[in-house]
Amino acid sequence: MTGTPVNFDFLPALPEITLLIAACVVLMVDLVLPETRRKWSYWLTQLGVVATAWLSLYVFHESPAHTFGNTFVADALADVLKFLSCVTVALTLAYSRSYLTARGLFRGETFALMMFALLGMMVMISANHFLLLYLGLELMSLSLYAMIALQRESGQAVEAAMKYFVLGALASGLLLYGMSMIYGATGTLDVTRVATTVFAGGVNKTMLAFGLVFVVSAVAFKLGAVPFHMWVPDVYEGAPTAMTLFVGSAPKLAAFGFMTRLLVGALAAMAFDWQGMLLILSLLSMIAGNVIAIAQTNIKRMLAYSTIANMGYMLMGFLAANINGYSAAMFYTITYVMTTLVSFGIVLLLSRAGFEADQLDDFKGLNQRSPWYAFLMLLTMFSLAGIPPTVGFYAKFAVIEAAVDVGLVWLAVVAVLASLIGAYYYLRIVKLMYFDDPVDLAPLEARSDTRALLSINGLALLLLGIFPQWLLGMCVVALTRSY
Amino acid sequence: MLPYLSLAIWVPVVAGLLVLAVNRDADAAAARWLALVGAVAGFAVTIPLYVHFRLGTGEMQFVEAVEWIPRFNVNYLLGVDGISLLFILLNSFITVLVVWAGWIVIETRVAQYMAAFLIMSGLINGVFASLDGVLFYVFFEAMLIPMYLIIGIWGGPNRVYAAIKFFLYTLLGSFLMLVAFIYLYSVSGGSFSILEWYQLPLSLKTQLLLFVAFFLSFAVKVPMWPVHTWLPDAHVEAPTGGSVVLAALTLKVGAYGFVRFVLPILPDASHYLANFVITLSLIAVIYIGFVALVQADMKKLIAYSSIAHMGFVTLGFFLFSELGVEGGLVQMLSHGFVSAAMFLCVGVLYDRMHSRKIADYGGVVNTMPKFAALAMLFAMANAGLPGTSGFVGEFMVILAAVKANFWVGFLAAVTLILGAAYTLWMYKRVWFGAVVSERVAALKDVSRREFWLLSTLAAVVLFMGVYPKPFTDVMRASVTELLAHVARSKL
Repeated sequence: MTGTPVNFDFLPALPEITLLIAACVVLMVDLVLPETRRKWSYWLTQLGVVATAWLSLYVFHESPAHTFGNTFVADALADVLKFLSCVTVALTLAYSRSYLTARGLFRGETFALMMFALLGMMVMISANHFLLLYLGLELMSLSLYAMIALQRESGQAVEAAMKYFVLGALASGLLLYGMSMIYGATGTLDVTRVATTVFAGGVNKTMLAFGLVFVVSAVAFKLGAVPFHMWVPDVYEGAPTAMTLFVGSAPKLAAFGFMTRLLVGALAAMAFDWQGMLLILSLLSMIAGNVIAIAQTNIKRMLAYSTIANMGYMLMGFLAANINGYSAAMFYTITYVMTTLVSFGIVLLLSRAGFEADQLDDFKGLNQRSPWYAFLMLLTMFSLAGIPPTVGFYAKFAVIEAAVDVGLVWLAVVAVLASLIGAYYYLRIVKLMYFDDPVDLAPLEARSDTRALLSINGLALLLLGIFPQWLLGMCVVALTRSY
Repeated sequence: MLPYLSLAIWVPVVAGLLVLAVNRDADAAAARWLALVGAVAGFAVTIPLYVHFRLGTGEMQFVEAVEWIPRFNVNYLLGVDGISLLFILLNSFITVLVVWAGWIVIETRVAQYMAAFLIMSGLINGVFASLDGVLFYVFFEAMLIPMYLIIGIWGGPNRVYAAIKFFLYTLLGSFLMLVAFIYLYSVSGGSFSILEWYQLPLSLKTQLLLFVAFFLSFAVKVPMWPVHTWLPDAHVEAPTGGSVVLAALTLKVGAYGFVRFVLPILPDASHYLANFVITLSLIAVIYIGFVALVQADMKKLIAYSSIAHMGFVTLGFFLFSELGVEGGLVQMLSHGFVSAAMFLCVGVLYDRMHSRKIADYGGVVNTMPKFAALAMLFAMANAGLPGTSGFVGEFMVILAAVKANFWVGFLAAVTLILGAAYTLWMYKRVWFGAVVSERVAALKDVSRREFWLLSTLAAVVLFMGVYPKPFTDVMRASVTELLAHVARSKL
């Protein structure tokens, strides 16, 4: 360091510290709890996560606060993303409760792993140093691998965890390699100083570009963008549905934060180079994701390909490389996560002990079994297809606007044609629920708190579709105050 | 003054949501009455629009502007001119009839059925009242959801195919339109106001590209040949009420798009491609007329006749003369009433015989005389007999066409023969002749409900045929204003 005293202010990291303590408490308390009192650790976990969420927003940062020797930053973007990640994890836990209980996964380890994964995400979101970014990513990923493998007796789950682990390790390797090249070119790992060094010029452009390629690949892997998407369908299908929901929701927010720190925070001056790469990733993801999803008969696999396609749309906003585009991408990510919560929430609701509702046909006649859940699922499907008045429309609208605004009209046209293909398989779910007769007549049972949360979550898709301004505005504010 | 336009949109929507609350089939009666009250209230709030409408100005009236999404400068901007006003009235009126027509016919999931139509009605009013591109698009797309469900849930045996085809076909066009909207937003420096787009200078190349996007969207909706193939499927599979709304209202949305967007925003491209559109329209009029002639299914026949009639509308618009545009608009209104009546007539027969095949009928006049008389009137109106509403619009368009180019007028006039041929031949085979089967012999004449339903429409069809002035007076100033925009080059 340059001789100035290293800044060790703990306040900006208060949410992380709280969550860490909460995770440790849950681990300890769970050791002494008898099996019948397991729900205490559940409620302790919820308490910890909700308290963290509250703290993230309570200490809202009007301007960025750096700490721990400038390796850690708390700014408006981080506050918003952390808050949303915590809420997402809290909802995931609530929706999964019955499912986990029925499969013997309602255990302290599950909760602790979830909290550590969340901690990893929060570190990714707030990191201002390449090493810290890497550490956050690893903390999250290792917890996720373990969570998927928790269901030891299921060969499929273990296989999914193994695949995820091997490919994830490869991606981490790519990331480290890329970071080392950037270090070689700029002589620093500090995000702020990388940015100023690259901006000032005079660095080895070739080495920097090489590093960038590896970094972008790692980001694309975490997002599940084509051609780095191979793990997504297998992991989504193989993992227990509760874990699929976990993997498919909050980590996307973290990945967005991660991508923003790397590409906007550190390498904004290289925008021209990474725009081209993101363009290809986006194009391939939109097309391949939507086309392959049509052929799926397993809803988890179908939603996996839908994720891939959606990440393509998100990248389309991002590659505009201006605040307008980043905020569109952020809005896209947030609404996508909200939608995923509802769709997997309903899959979890339909599953029972010894029965996984993971086939498309399990949705047959849902309107006759439960008009309300069918309606919520209808909202999700139309939201994913981008049909107003659901929030998914504004998500697509915003990213298309960002692309058209920088002159990429052709990309916008390809994007809408790809979503036309996508509309087909979303409509098929609606068809199964509304036009077909039920095969499975078992009554739908759910805890009343799950019902209430799921309903609020689902209706939010509609309400935000009618009044999208505050969320759209919030994304702009979060980004302008941070960059 | 009350915000009548907002009321016209939200009264039916809210009524529809209330109806959904009585979702149990045991409460069907409550759902029906609630739906009827909602539909009548929805129609009632549109009447002040006509009463307080100022004639002689092409300006937007009853304007409401509220900031909605400042992030993209999107506003809740409503207003009507003489063109859109008439369609709001038509829509709210037809909705009452549709709710009434489904009264005892629909027995399963009554609340969902009624709610779908009420919500649909509010959304269609929204389409006609929107002066903001995004607002228009939201209503335009949201309309698809209830119609998709109506066809898919209460439709015929091949309903799933028809519903998905309907949805995807329409979606293709409208997605491209969305890109066009966003492009206009971008080049206009951040405005989604449709009226501001009227003033926007655009190069011919840009106009042509935008034309393609808009044209695909609206041509599918109208539908024009050759993107019409979803319509016969959708009509045949949809329940009676669904067919009525499709033919009478949603097709009008497509044609309305031409006068609200294509002509004034892209005048040069419209002139450049006028012959292309006129050719497609003539193909629709003549070729589809022949196709209608050979249909064995009554609903399919009427569906094809709708395409032919809508061909007249697009033909009238692209003649760029006052007579042509007014003729097209009158034709749209007339077709709204006549096609609704024709589909209701088929519904009356279908409810009794559960067949739409022309071959299954014959001699219906012997067992259902009152019904046959009413059906005769609608058949004549469909064929364009003077004295019915069907004549006025077609005559005006043909007149305008002859003025522009004799041969175009000549070809358009062929419809007078073809329309009469397919409609009256169907009428002859279904209604006239000897009673063909015992099932026909056992038919009961129209019930009181059906009689009043059809008589109301008959009265409107005759009134409009004899005295179209109240309709044309309302639209005149707006048509003049529209043509002024079309005549002004934007290059």
